[in-house]
Amino acid sequence: MMRLLKTCIAISAVALGAAIAATMPARAQLQIDVTQGVVEPMPVAVTDFLSSDNVGAEISQVIEANLRRSGLFAPIARNAFIERISNPDVAPRFNDWTVINAQALVTGRVSQEADGRLRAEYRLWDTFSGSQVVGEQYFANRQNWRRIAHIISDSIYENLTGESGYFDTRIVYVDESGPKNQRVKRLAIMDQDGANQRTLTDGNSIVLTPRFSPTRQEITYMSYEGGTPQVYLLQIETGQRELVGNFPGMTFAPRFSPEGQRIVMSLLRDDGNSNIYSMDLRSRSTTRLTSSNAIDTSPTYSPDGQRVAFTSDRGGRPHIYVMGADGSNPNRISFGDGSYSTPVWSPRGDLIAFTKQSGGQFQIGVMRTDGSGERILTTGYLQEGPTWAPNGRVIMFFREASGAAGPSLHSIDLTGRNEQRIPTPNFGSDPAWSPLLE
Amino acid sequence: MRRIAAITRSPLIVAFVAGLALAGCASKQTPNNAADLGLGGGAGSGIAATPGSSQDFTVNVGDRIFFDTDSTVIRADAQQTLQRQAQWLNQYRQYGITMEGHADERGTREYNLALSARRAAAARDYLVSQGVQSNRVRTISYGKERPVAVCDDISCWSQNRRAVTVIDGAGS
Repeated sequence: MMRLLKTCIAISAVALGAAIAATMPARAQLQIDVTQGVVEPMPVAVTDFLSSDNVGAEISQVIEANLRRSGLFAPIARNAFIERISNPDVAPRFNDWTVINAQALVTGRVSQEADGRLRAEYRLWDTFSGSQVVGEQYFANRQNWRRIAHIISDSIYENLTGESGYFDTRIVYVDESGPKNQRVKRLAIMDQDGANQRTLTDGNSIVLTPRFSPTRQEITYMSYEGGTPQVYLLQIETGQRELVGNFPGMTFAPRFSPEGQRIVMSLLRDDGNSNIYSMDLRSRSTTRLTSSNAIDTSPTYSPDGQRVAFTSDRGGRPHIYVMGADGSNPNRISFGDGSYSTPVWSPRGDLIAFTKQSGGQFQIGVMRTDGSGERILTTGYLQEGPTWAPNGRVIMFFREASGAAGPSLHSIDLTGRNEQRIPTPNFGSDPAWSPLLE
Repeated sequence: MRRIAAITRSPLIVAFVAGLALAGCASKQTPNNAADLGLGGGAGSGIAATPGSSQDFTVNVGDRIFFDTDSTVIRADAQQTLQRQAQWLNQYRQYGITMEGHADERGTREYNLALSARRAAAARDYLVSQGVQSNRVRTISYGKERPVAVCDDISCWSQNRRAVTVIDGAGS
């Protein structure tokens, strides 16, 4: 029923550049330092890619929207453009672009191959140094034109920031409809910009907390479909579902290990307390990581797989703890006022995102993995469920305003300055960001 | 924005090769959702219910107890309700029950699943301490997924922090 994007796309990138000898070797001087918190986004000009139909313009618009949403770039309005690009193989008139303050210029062309595939060529120019930063071309089936735009966006982001991008990614989340006391929940998946929406479950059972495998087109989530709420695996490509483990009670709060071979989750004990277990998906062997007479939940691996952060109320209120991946040496790392929960380890390994409840408000924040350097990024009536973009620079979460009929998805960058709403057709909650697609 | 140290990039070669049980606590009902709760059939004190029926349990015994914020302690008023429940269940031994644990929305999703599981276990354990056989009681945790009262203040939250005793076969 579902088709893996990867199977129906054959994108290859080939370097462009030799066509313009004057710019070789490329020597770009253009770079944004994303770690400093960009106050002034870089002005860029994204021109319509030349094509015989409107797919070139559409690709340009998706690229422009991606760059704008990142908060690092300020695309310049097209009616300010002076030069009209008619041959993307020739160097542009750089003065025409510097005079409108475009520091970077994106040009391109889309054509159709004999076999029907789209061929997209793009070049990124440093207008002030008058040089080509990068030139690449991609081939893909026409229905995957948005992926071409996202891959080009990632290339631009990477070349101008020195960091990997996050545009060629997807979000799995919970689509919510109906009144609050009879809410229908379905797993749904979409591109990171809200395009290509699709539901993955039928809504007959409550489904919660989907999470992407870091290595496969696979999701783990919790569902009430079997009577006892438990953790399942779902193959996105085939729709095949599978119960994880053979546990007597409720299992919940699943998350993959970094190499994708284990799932760590909570198991409810008969006495009403919850402990953390990990399960090897190949051998099906389980390891108990905590055994406190408390609530231990929301486990998340460090990217090196050596440690697990989790929520526990063993000290009274819910707080964040870090232990070895074998359950050794649990240490509390959150010490501020209020409650801390939903830790999520950054894919870069440097930070843990969390939800904090304090003063009747919910906050999304980050702290270092030893608990120092706590920073609150956003505060509101109800917001929770942070998930990291694969480059560790942006966090998505869900929010419900006081009195609102339902929640919506939002992203915020690590500076806390650039917040964006992610469009969904219905209410949305429990987002989980995929790794970069392949 | 600064233009800083030059980076050199040669051309890249990249290959991408339940409806809830009948509400028994009439004083706690909110008008906006009585219909949603399936209260059509005449719940409320003063309505005659066949002794030993699930309606009898809901109307005359009370099917739910409430908790304080982030607490799983069985309050004094809840103890009275659970004592009545145990009495009734010890009289009508043909029923199994499902103890549902619930939380309000003022907590994060996974923690609330665990919290409401603990509430269900605490209520079950109280019934068992009153002589109800433990193998008659199944528990399930709903976290904050099934509120009965919908608003954004304590009048609703206090109703949603609950454990509901559902007579099996009575429809949940």
